Amino acid sequence: MLELITFSTLNGVLYGMLLFMMASGLTLIFSMMGVLNFAHASFYMIGAYFGFEISRRIGFWPGFFVAPVLVGVIGGLIERYGLRQVHRFGHVAELLFTFGLAFVIEELVNMIWGKLPVDYRVPPSLDFVAFRLFDTTYPAYRIFMLATAVAMFVFLLVILKRTRVGLIIQAALTHPNMVAMLGHNVPQVFMMVFGVGAGLAGLAGVIAGPALVTQPSMAALLGPILFVVIVVGGLGSLGGAFVASLLIGLVQTFAVAINVSLADAIGPSAASLFGELGRAPLAQIAPVLPYLLLVLVLIFRPRGLFGTRET
Amino acid sequence: MMGGIRILLAFVALAAGLAVAPYVFSSGVALTMMSLMGVMIIFALSYNMLLGQTGLLSFGHAVYYGLAGFCAVHAMNLIAANKLPVSLPAVPLIGAAAGLFFGLIFGAVSTRRAGTVFAMISLGLGELVAAFALVLHSFFGGEEGIAANRAKLAPFLGYKFGPQIQVYYLIAFWCLVCIVLMYAITRTPFGRMCNAVRDNPERAEFIGYSTQRVRFQAFVLSAVFAGVAGSLAAINFELMNSQTVGAATSGQVLLMTFVGGIGHFAGPIIGAVLVTFLQISLSDITKAWMLYFGLLFILVVMYAPGGIAGWLALHRPLLRGGRIFKLVPIYALTAVPLAALVLGCILFIELAHHMLVEAQSEGSMLSVFKIAMNGAKIGPWLSALVLFIGGALGLRALWPRVGDAWALAIADSSGKAAA
Repeated sequence: MLELITFSTLNGVLYGMLLFMMASGLTLIFSMMGVLNFAHASFYMIGAYFGFEISRRIGFWPGFFVAPVLVGVIGGLIERYGLRQVHRFGHVAELLFTFGLAFVIEELVNMIWGKLPVDYRVPPSLDFVAFRLFDTTYPAYRIFMLATAVAMFVFLLVILKRTRVGLIIQAALTHPNMVAMLGHNVPQVFMMVFGVGAGLAGLAGVIAGPALVTQPSMAALLGPILFVVIVVGGLGSLGGAFVASLLIGLVQTFAVAINVSLADAIGPSAASLFGELGRAPLAQIAPVLPYLLLVLVLIFRPRGLFGTRET
Repeated sequence: MMGGIRILLAFVALAAGLAVAPYVFSSGVALTMMSLMGVMIIFALSYNMLLGQTGLLSFGHAVYYGLAGFCAVHAMNLIAANKLPVSLPAVPLIGAAAGLFFGLIFGAVSTRRAGTVFAMISLGLGELVAAFALVLHSFFGGEEGIAANRAKLAPFLGYKFGPQIQVYYLIAFWCLVCIVLMYAITRTPFGRMCNAVRDNPERAEFIGYSTQRVRFQAFVLSAVFAGVAGSLAAINFELMNSQTVGAATSGQVLLMTFVGGIGHFAGPIIGAVLVTFLQISLSDITKAWMLYFGLLFILVVMYAPGGIAGWLALHRPLLRGGRIFKLVPIYALTAVPLAALVLGCILFIELAHHMLVEAQSEGSMLSVFKIAMNGAKIGPWLSALVLFIGGALGLRALWPRVGDAWALAIADSSGKAAA
């Protein structure tokens, strides 16, 4: 039992940190520009595929550094030449634009790399056992993922809280007009934030690709979960996104690991009360849990856990 | 009064068109396609009650369509097993009731807020139902879905609805009823309040309406019509699977409604007919058709947010003023670079698709528009590039002149009207 709890916690935190790498960019973009970026998970997917392509040709480490930058540049260009054009038609049009973009990116990935998962492997330099606990081994690559995510978190925090750029971004979150009046180029700040957000999602893709499965549906699978994270955490709140990411990560991991059904937990009455749901093991119900959490949060606490404004 | 007669005439013409269509397009493929179009017209119009008329962007509209479809399938099986005296034309009413039920439940949760938050809740609910669909096998039937046999129900006036042509007329009947009803709703004070809530919620509150309530009512009505569409789909396919409640179906209805145009009542009808036609015919011609749909959608969002109906409506004053012919030369001129641009894009996508996906198994030869070419040679790529760049440059040069010609024609026709 202790073994299960330890490893599930580790994996849950890891998954949560991966979610946070994407959710942080998404929530920043949303609170600055009011755009709910449907294509955010697509940048994660592009990152994974770029990482795969570069690691296949040159090696994992060049991909680790180059792929996120490439994804960030693509994100910036999309903001500059796509999203900004649509901006004058309002938020709904922006949302629809990113929705169409996610669709096109998935089809392009389908076309370039095929519908089947690609063989994106853990680099040999990181392919060893990190430690052994209760007769179960833990791969070093997962530790590396965790370290990368934490480093990124610290980096983001320092930029936002300790630098001039961070100050401008924070100001533009709440008072974009005032920031523009003071002579800052707000559209350029938007483009940068969008690009950096896309780049972070790309980085998450590069490191998650070998551990999870790199396939064209990976964006569609993860995208809705990201929305759950930023709504549950409270829109625009980075701290909230952090807590919600960890929460969802742990819930998902533990639900898959613990093989009990409602009938086991509360007795046979559950089976008659919930029917089929009562008999289904928790692992099968696991995909439902984040969305259930989302709906519950929206009903009972519409501004999310740490949100400052009503959603 | 004149407007009323015109609209009545339009509905009579629509009914006549629906009745005659199977005689004009009598092939089996055409009949299947038209049946599907009828279903999609109802579905897209019900979606536009939310997006176009009340300003609610939903990413989970398939929930009501799909759940009602499943209810209809189960109802059909139940009726057939117990030999109940219910015949097939009444099944859409069961779908409507199912839509009403789920609309009431989910609507109460999701219509508290408008805008982006509503969009997110609808997405969450859609994913929730889609995730449940994979768990609850007895209701959703797992991977293979749940089948029904529509011919097992009690006959209606001697018709057993086995042949597709009878199903087509059943769908056409319900399609007409739903179009008339949904149009009528837009003309009621409630329909106007929906528009007010979309355009200026604050003011709607000030004159004494609860915007939340208006949104809720519009949402429930839209779910009812989506339910009718879902049950008709169940009748048409005699099969429902868990994908019909999923994000892909929700995305599809959004796509067809938006491409058709959300600002006009007829927009979703145009969109449903066009997208269904393209879906069925394009998927035979090219394997990259999903990509074309995505690109079409992005182009409409970026350059023609009014959709096809919005673009057509721009020409209405010209038609009325009798100045539409003034646009013919400039449109003909612009069509040349536009066609070149589109051709270049298609050629490029087809070449890339063939070389990346199919070249290993089928070799580098392919045919685009029945013209054979070798994707390994530089010639086809170069011609795609030339077409693309030439088209783009030409379009860029001509675009301002199209706007000028249009403004001139408008000024001319309104001048004529004033005189």
